[in-house]
Amino acid sequence: MDEQDSVTDLNSIEVTRRTVIETGTTALLLTTLPRAALAAGPVDDNEPSPPPVTVELRINGHPHSLTLDSRTTLLEALREHLALTGSKKGCDHGQCGACTVLIEERRINSCLTLAVMHDGQSVTTIEGLALGDNLHPVQTAFVEHDGFQCGYCTSGQICSAIGMLAESRLGMPSYVTENLAQPAAELTDTEIRERMSGNICRCAAYPNIVAAIKQAAGLPT
Amino acid sequence: MKAFTYQRADSAVQAAAAAVKRGAKIIAGGTNLLDLMKLQVETPSNLIDINRLPLDKIEETPDGGLRIGALVRNSDLAADQRVRQRYGILSRALLAGASAQLRNKATTGGNLLQRTRCYYFYDVTKPCNKRNPGSGCAALAGFNRIHAILGTSEHCIATHPSDMAVAMRALDAKIETVNDGGDTKIIPIAEFHRLPGRTPEIETSLRPGEIITAVTLPPPPPGVQLYRKVRDRASYAFALVSVAAIVDSTRGRIRSARLAFGGLAHKPWRSPQAEQKLVDAPADTTTFNAAASAVLEDARGFGDNDFKIPLTRRTLHSVLAEMTRT
Repeated sequence: MDEQDSVTDLNSIEVTRRTVIETGTTALLLTTLPRAALAAGPVDDNEPSPPPVTVELRINGHPHSLTLDSRTTLLEALREHLALTGSKKGCDHGQCGACTVLIEERRINSCLTLAVMHDGQSVTTIEGLALGDNLHPVQTAFVEHDGFQCGYCTSGQICSAIGMLAESRLGMPSYVTENLAQPAAELTDTEIRERMSGNICRCAAYPNIVAAIKQAAGLPT
Repeated sequence: MKAFTYQRADSAVQAAAAAVKRGAKIIAGGTNLLDLMKLQVETPSNLIDINRLPLDKIEETPDGGLRIGALVRNSDLAADQRVRQRYGILSRALLAGASAQLRNKATTGGNLLQRTRCYYFYDVTKPCNKRNPGSGCAALAGFNRIHAILGTSEHCIATHPSDMAVAMRALDAKIETVNDGGDTKIIPIAEFHRLPGRTPEIETSLRPGEIITAVTLPPPPPGVQLYRKVRDRASYAFALVSVAAIVDSTRGRIRSARLAFGGLAHKPWRSPQAEQKLVDAPADTTTFNAAASAVLEDARGFGDNDFKIPLTRRTLHSVLAEMTRT
């Protein structure tokens, strides 16, 4: 690819993202993204592409129909096909939690699942949490407690915290829950840290993240 | 990731029939398989998605045990009240594994079929008899801190990474399967995972096209249950050594015990010899040491993992002392 081609490609992506944000449609993106972006991971150009798959997802309350390379992870569908770039690709191996989203209100690593496996399901990302200008209480708490520094892990931390608080309300135990027979464990600092261990923060904003979660849970901070 | 065709299975038998074909692979939670596919350690040409099959229930069995569907997610199994009250060791082992996000996705059947986290198995530029039979084992003379000390062979010193399976080994779980002809089978967990021997690429007794449909637990044996995991950090790390113990004792005397170990071998390790040392024995240091010596009789380190031998001894001692404290 020569220099002129790369400039053209970059421009087409730029225009496409803006178009999507303005119109909320995805059709243009699919036709203009470079082929490499359609696959999850390295593409061997000598190999024929597998037949495309179609998937219907309800994302942040809106239905989307996508035609994808079967290899597309949910994270890549969100970021590269729907321009929902709030969910981050950190390690791409389920070790850092930056890609955490909620599927049917349960938190998962969107990098370790294929978009096509979630046909017909609902997905909530960081972009779907606020109601207009009103932030979700967990978002507000992260702002008030300075629960981040560089911000790269933050959308994953916030989605994970929302999933974690729901698990806690359902009485789900953790490894540090002393008495498994009790219906629900109190969200102590130790409990919060264990339950959030799937989200790494390399700026080490952990004390402030714990404080933010406690505020969102209605506990004294 | 290599290209693959994707299909969704309508029944377990249909999935088994599709899985028997060369290059086909079943996907459930996918948290291990997709990771390996990204690195091209696994390169299936056809993925069969079984997530929509009705294998996600936990049911009581007539004998007082539990039958766990193969697609029950790790987090749901750990949180089930019956598991928490009667099989605390299983709940605790599940909660010791991975992160909450992964446990929300990972399944009971998939957890049993996890591949090793040996660095050389993951690195496609290195020899590995498990990934590429006959290519050699880079771990033998390489970085082998996380590797096995029991049941190893000159062909492979990898460990099985699961916590859940260690607890199930202590509980004498049984694995239910179905094949492409619709025939069902029940495999005791002791016979499910294999030692590496000359064929480390064959990890379980499952035949091609045979898929797991459920795991059954017999009624819990008498005694208290404890799962202790020793790892490099307090959460979200694989075991260096783990012990699943069920001990029935009274007033400083042990009646019977079951001991299963993780992080030590190619399969969840059970030691009948060590358990025998605990039958009708005083709960004291001499007994605990005799049990540890029995577990470790044939243990062999490979350099970086030599520490696992004393670590296992101390962990077992600590677990037994805690469980028999009067």
